[in-house]
Amino acid sequence: MWDLCTLSLDTARTRGATYGDVRVMHHRQRDLTTKNGQVGTLAQSESIGLGIRVLASGAWGFASTGRLTREGVSACAAQAVSIAKASALAKRRDVVMAPEAAYIDSWQSPFRKDPFEIPLETQLALLLAADAEMRRVQGVTLTETDMQFRKIDCWFASTIGSRIHQRKVISGCGIAATSFQNDEIQKRSYPNSFGGQHALQGYELIESLDLLKHAPFVAEEAVLLHSAAQCPEKTGTLILGGSQLGLQIHESIGHPIELDRVLGEEANFAGTSFLTLDQLNHLKYASEIVNVVADARLDHGPGLGTFAYDDEGVPAQCTNIIKDGAFRGYLSNRETAHLIGLNRSSGTMRTEGWNRLPIIRMTNVSLLPGSWDFDDLIAGTDDGILMETNRSWSIDDRRYQFQFSTEIGWEIKGGKKIHMLKNPSYSGITTEFWNSCDAICKFDHWTLWGTPNCGKGQPMQTMGTGHGASPARFRNVHIGAAFSNQ
Amino acid sequence: MSTARKSSKVTPRMRPASSDLLSERELRGIIATVLRLAKVTGAEETEVHIDDVNDALTRFANNAIHQNVAERGITVSIRTVVDSRTARATTNRLDEDSLRAAIDSSISLAHRQPRDPRLLLMPGKQNYRPVRRYFQNTARITPQDRARAVRRACDLAIKHGQVAAGIFSTGLSQSAIGNSRGLFAAYRETHSAFSITMQEPPAASWAKANSADVRAFDTQRLAVRASENAHRAVNAREIPPGRYTVILEPAAVLDLVGFLFYDFAATAVADKRSCLNGRMGTQLFAKNITITDDVYHPLQLGPPFDGEGIPRQHVQLVDRGVPKSLVYSRRSAKAAGKKPTGHGFPLPNEYGEAPMNLVFSGGDSSIENMIATTDHGFLVTRLWYIREVDPYEKVMTGMTRDGLFLVENGRVTSAARNFRFNQSLLEMLRNVELLGPAVRATGEESFEMVVPAMKVRNFHFSEVTKF
Repeated sequence: MWDLCTLSLDTARTRGATYGDVRVMHHRQRDLTTKNGQVGTLAQSESIGLGIRVLASGAWGFASTGRLTREGVSACAAQAVSIAKASALAKRRDVVMAPEAAYIDSWQSPFRKDPFEIPLETQLALLLAADAEMRRVQGVTLTETDMQFRKIDCWFASTIGSRIHQRKVISGCGIAATSFQNDEIQKRSYPNSFGGQHALQGYELIESLDLLKHAPFVAEEAVLLHSAAQCPEKTGTLILGGSQLGLQIHESIGHPIELDRVLGEEANFAGTSFLTLDQLNHLKYASEIVNVVADARLDHGPGLGTFAYDDEGVPAQCTNIIKDGAFRGYLSNRETAHLIGLNRSSGTMRTEGWNRLPIIRMTNVSLLPGSWDFDDLIAGTDDGILMETNRSWSIDDRRYQFQFSTEIGWEIKGGKKIHMLKNPSYSGITTEFWNSCDAICKFDHWTLWGTPNCGKGQPMQTMGTGHGASPARFRNVHIGAAFSNQ
Repeated sequence: MSTARKSSKVTPRMRPASSDLLSERELRGIIATVLRLAKVTGAEETEVHIDDVNDALTRFANNAIHQNVAERGITVSIRTVVDSRTARATTNRLDEDSLRAAIDSSISLAHRQPRDPRLLLMPGKQNYRPVRRYFQNTARITPQDRARAVRRACDLAIKHGQVAAGIFSTGLSQSAIGNSRGLFAAYRETHSAFSITMQEPPAASWAKANSADVRAFDTQRLAVRASENAHRAVNAREIPPGRYTVILEPAAVLDLVGFLFYDFAATAVADKRSCLNGRMGTQLFAKNITITDDVYHPLQLGPPFDGEGIPRQHVQLVDRGVPKSLVYSRRSAKAAGKKPTGHGFPLPNEYGEAPMNLVFSGGDSSIENMIATTDHGFLVTRLWYIREVDPYEKVMTGMTRDGLFLVENGRVTSAARNFRFNQSLLEMLRNVELLGPAVRATGEESFEMVVPAMKVRNFHFSEVTKF
């Protein structure tokens, strides 16, 4: 692979590139699903190819190919340079990149059990057993389970001399039960909705989630939701479960801190951000107990945003985003770092695959644990609603106004969960919401949640991001707007 | 809301495309190789899909090109059947050893699962109605052609003190399917899209078009439209949320009604996750709503066959407000005692099928007429981040974006701050007062369809944002 990398970079230089970086990537993926006790998807795929990004005439070009012959790679590199020169027809200034050292390294994400070495029969048997457990519950009308495994090798090289090989193993799984009754569809999922939990781990993740144990409860709650009270519309106290809070972080902190959005580079599609450059170190983003980091290091945990180097060859870092409630940092790359006074990228350039350009992406954007025990948090809440497991999510294109709904809610009165609520939702303005946070649970309740399906960029790229969160409490939140009909 | 200016449709300089797609002979050769290798490996039946793409996209922001990419890729996806079991393996390596490895992988996956008594034999040879969706003018567009068009749009923005961002993409792709029972189908198309957001802080507006033929739209005309509307959108007023009459431009209609497509899948109804459960044959929508799925419509794109190679049929889904028909894969058709309609996804899958070429019947009302007949309401350019809140009542939430205008006494009087909506699509399609001509609409939340602009009463805006 290094020969192909060298050939492509040499070709680019010969054609006039002043900088180039290249990724040869080999993706292997296995997908398993079941539905109503039958195997749904059963598929395995592999894809290998090369993508090269170059600077020529002061502008960017990128080309990719699955044709890994000397001719194919040379043609691809030449095409990238040609595209860069075309870009220069509509440039305003030359691209300037922050300096970065060259690295020669190899890294593999740690895992205990290679999911591709676990017999498929074992994996399918677990899903079918969980599916059967859910179908035992009367009133369940649809059961679904899924597992997904990926193994990604990336050989990165750049004209500044880096040669970095990384191998990542990613696993994920989830189960869901749906119940249709009386003109109403209710659904419960475990351990999270929209595909479950995903992490930079091996099959040990699947085993740790104990799908079989949770399957009956998931199914029972889906059915019980039909007879639950409707979540009221009011302004009040909200407690969010960890997975829902993870998505709240993703949408209302993770995306607004992407510096490419802030600078208008996503204005046509993903949108911009309310976090204009003048807000840095001035905005009170959240209450004083809120601390958020963007941490790609393995020390933070095996998240979907964990790596040793980003796809621009910059080592993984931890960046303070919110410190004691104050807005302290963005996600940057080598091209944008200088705009916020940094002399180095924060290492967040990531690509979906060999045929996509690296762009600024969330790594693991996590809320650091607080001091509360979860039972104490409930006991310390006189009147509130606990919401768990995302059902829908939406936020405006500058990341101010959001609305989330969850699969299930619980009314809390006098420090106790008293009954189930259906169709819960809440909405608000990002900074008002985060400034209303008055309690965060401690590390015992903290999970590094994986969001495997974050879409951004044109052409669209899907990326996995990590979000560490423990349950937290928010005051004076607008609850129930999604189902109001005023 | 747009003004025609000097036409600047992009016409390429006549030169060969830098890298063409595989020929039909090459496609047939790959399929024949896989079928030969699979036969000796023990597969009882084999199906081969080939996807071949040659795409390019020029992206601009801050009045300059900042990303400019090209992609060339071929994937071969192989489904084998052994003893009533099936599985799929996909590779992008075309040498015989790699194809053999993918066959082995598919057979190995298939072997290690329970038998599926509902698995049908693969279909044999089919007849397909031809469609013409490949245009040399699009295939020959170069990065330089795209850059020049982008430059003109950015120069316009600079002239008006605005900031332009967007994309200009062009490409060619093909898909082919063949199986061991003699079925073979191939389809190729070109595609092009131009999308532009003009920002005049704090306002912005947007315009987009796409087509198989790059000559079907005028990039600079789209830029002018976005520029003019961005200027109109400054000084937005905050209006209280509530129920209002809305005039939805086609892109806004598309991104909402696009969320209905899977509800028309027979499998979704059988799984009781469709909003049409218990509602087929009822007057669910207003009588001015008629919906078909029609891949042969002149404004549609996509192959005239489904994931098993079955020819797509024209299906009338809704007739004057009454849901009449669903779409069926071979499996769901057999379960329901119906004929397959050619809408199945590649097997194996758990979703069954879906209509991918929705066409709404339009009307004859112009947007100007909709505005003129509105006492108090809003003109909506575009919607954003739409998600399903209630799957049975089909309540969707989302935001207005890039141009929300207040209409008072028959005319646009000002821009308005963006709203969040929580709106049932079922209710919305009962409240359609006027329809424009159906056009090929393109947005960002749904795949392209043929839909009209709509004037809708009692649209529910639930909250307002800060811009």
